[in-house]
Amino acid sequence: MASMALASAAPALAASDALLPARNQMALSLGWHIVLACFGMALPAMIFVLHRRGLAGDGAALELAKRWSKVSAVLFAIGAVSGTILSFEMGLLWPGLMETYGDVVGLAFALEGLSFFVEAIFLGLYVYGWGRLPGHLHSLMLVPIMAAGVTGSFLVVSVNAWMNAPTGFTLVDGQVVDVDPVAAILNSAVGFQFLHMYLAAVMVVGYSVAGVYAMGWLRGRRDRLHRLGIVVPFLFAAVASPLQPIVGHFAGQRLADEQPIKLAAMEGLGQTTESARLELGGWWNGEELVGAVEVPVDGLLSFIATNDFDAEVIGLDAVPEDEQPPVAIVHVAFQTMVAIGTALMGLAAWGGWRLWRGWGRGRRDLDGAISSTWLLRALVAAGPAAVVAMETGWITTEVGRQPWIVHRLLRTEDAVTDASYIWLTLIVLIVVYAGMTVGAVAVIRSMSRRWRAGETDLASPYGPSAPIGEPAGVGADG
Amino acid sequence: MTPADAVAAVLFLGVILYSVFGGADFGSGVWDLTAGDAERGGRTRRLIDHAIGPVWEANHVWLIFVLVFLWTGFPQAFAAMMRTLAIPFWLAGLGIVARGAGFAFRKYAPTLGWAKAAGVVFATASLLTPFFLGSIAGAVASGRVPATGTGDIFTSWLNPTSLLGGVLAVTTCTFLAGVLLTADAERLGHDDLAEELRHKSLIGGVVTGVVVMAGIPILIVDDQTLVDGLLGRALPPAAGSGIAGLGALWLLWRRRFRPARVAAAGAVALVVAGWGVAQYPWILVDRLQIEEAAGADATLVGLLVAAGLAAVLVVPPLVYLYRMVDTPPTSAGAAPVAE
Repeated sequence: MASMALASAAPALAASDALLPARNQMALSLGWHIVLACFGMALPAMIFVLHRRGLAGDGAALELAKRWSKVSAVLFAIGAVSGTILSFEMGLLWPGLMETYGDVVGLAFALEGLSFFVEAIFLGLYVYGWGRLPGHLHSLMLVPIMAAGVTGSFLVVSVNAWMNAPTGFTLVDGQVVDVDPVAAILNSAVGFQFLHMYLAAVMVVGYSVAGVYAMGWLRGRRDRLHRLGIVVPFLFAAVASPLQPIVGHFAGQRLADEQPIKLAAMEGLGQTTESARLELGGWWNGEELVGAVEVPVDGLLSFIATNDFDAEVIGLDAVPEDEQPPVAIVHVAFQTMVAIGTALMGLAAWGGWRLWRGWGRGRRDLDGAISSTWLLRALVAAGPAAVVAMETGWITTEVGRQPWIVHRLLRTEDAVTDASYIWLTLIVLIVVYAGMTVGAVAVIRSMSRRWRAGETDLASPYGPSAPIGEPAGVGADG
Repeated sequence: MTPADAVAAVLFLGVILYSVFGGADFGSGVWDLTAGDAERGGRTRRLIDHAIGPVWEANHVWLIFVLVFLWTGFPQAFAAMMRTLAIPFWLAGLGIVARGAGFAFRKYAPTLGWAKAAGVVFATASLLTPFFLGSIAGAVASGRVPATGTGDIFTSWLNPTSLLGGVLAVTTCTFLAGVLLTADAERLGHDDLAEELRHKSLIGGVVTGVVVMAGIPILIVDDQTLVDGLLGRALPPAAGSGIAGLGALWLLWRRRFRPARVAAAGAVALVVAGWGVAQYPWILVDRLQIEEAAGADATLVGLLVAAGLAAVLVVPPLVYLYRMVDTPPTSAGAAPVAE
């Protein structure tokens, strides 16, 4: 989707034939990996809460922590390999970017690699630590994983933020000099962009996991395991949901300042306007916004963008057409994200209110609180919805930056490889990612089926049944 | 030593570590491939699961480390390699994805059929991936990657030195993994399995030796710069690698498996170190020198700080992880090694 419109945005300059498939491939690889990255960022904290409860004597919480650690081992594995492919793609698809700016943004990647290393080691210690490490020490293995999730995602997002707000170097006759890699990491976009991503990860994981257990509850599996599986992740997501629009608002104000054309595309603002009104929804037909609902408050958009009702908001007409992004995609993606985000904020309020009522009044009646069929159904829908919101958010920021790969400094078409076979690698990767998706879903469903059937160790189904070194599963919990 | 030299040294240390740890990992996949059908190979496969399950992701972070240091420290060399060697890089990347996903899926596979399919993917990719990585090394070492523009996208990695690099990578990974798995099998009390793996590993070791011997004339004809280096400055590590390799074979023969592990790992580390020393000061042999390719000084210093941090933050828990893997579970229900 992203690159369909990119074709029309590609200017008359002879762009490499690889641009279209390369954009698609990067979108696919990043869009697929980011879902797993969310689990790496947010799930360990949820497991930590359960593990600590488990150590305090809550058997169901401990069992849940164990199960989630096994699921996270599978997710982490495919997340790790899909992340490795991304580091290949940085060079294979965008040699022009890495050649010129590799040493400007590279330090962030190096430190991110360090974070990932810490994550991989402690995840190994945690997942294989059941039955090997004493309880408290074992649960503390999650702390470095959580910390590395924060630093790692901050650093990766900082590179993307740098592409939006490039800094930390000087250009002299096209040559990059005076490189300051730390300034590049701490660019003006990274703060809110990172917070926006982190909260998105908490929402994606919180709603997805709560949704899985809500589905179980709807199917009649009403036990303590499912109650915890709904309540704990939901509470994480419910805290993140109302914070997300606030962070997003400040990220948007930076756009008004530094990337006004991206903001104009998001809002569908054709002409530079003083005291601009806010329009919701609608469709950009190539010329103007049609079918949108205008909020009848003069200067509302100006106020949101700049804190001033009278201020001028830059429209698309401020730059020539070959410097505009594919507006329709950016607009619809942004509006979708905002709509879903708003709905999820409502869900957080509704569920939070029910929990508060059920838990309060001395009744401690959580079952009653979550036993609303419609709330449970909404939770089931909220997981995929949060994923869509996150993906449309990334489409907004990435497609909105076009035609630049580095804002106003390097065009995407000038950074792309000149290889002629990128369509082929794109097709291969589509097959690979489809295979990994099917595999992951099948494996995790089978794990959950076997847990329901009462298995605790999940034996690998090959060869003679005698164990080697340990009972066949990782969880030697007897 | 300039910052660029220091970063190049750290980068190459990453290559060495990846060759040993990632290599053992790839090699385990080759043993998985040759373990036989589900009935016969079950024990070997469980042994492999046990040996690399907790550590394989960490083992492959070394590759990411190398790539990141390359593009950050030497952006021009990175872009040149990615342009000319795109095909083997794509194939290696796909191989890494396939083997990682296959390995993870097999562990919790729903049925034997799923496990077989995932296992075949894991094992085949484990065989092919080191070949492509070795052919990339051969391309760099034989001066086939131009500093600017795109070299021949086929002959750059389909040539005598690259084929030698690819085959050598596969055989050394296999030998190293064979020695490690043999030692593991013995430690866990599976003497018959250890004996079987010892036998196969000895064959693997001899095959590796033959490949090395065959490689000498190939290098002399195809790769003058590297040969000059190997006979000069890099002679000590290269000769040391040969001695360590023979030592590993001898120790394996004498059934002294634990010291054999050290010798085999040392042989791999030294041969890769020899390559690095031999091609100094080139980063792309005959085409681009380390100093010319180096990025900004501030970034190089930052990379060295990152490497120092890695030594402090990564090495201790990594050692702890390897030690934990070596320790059987202690809880009730942790059955003793059976069979």
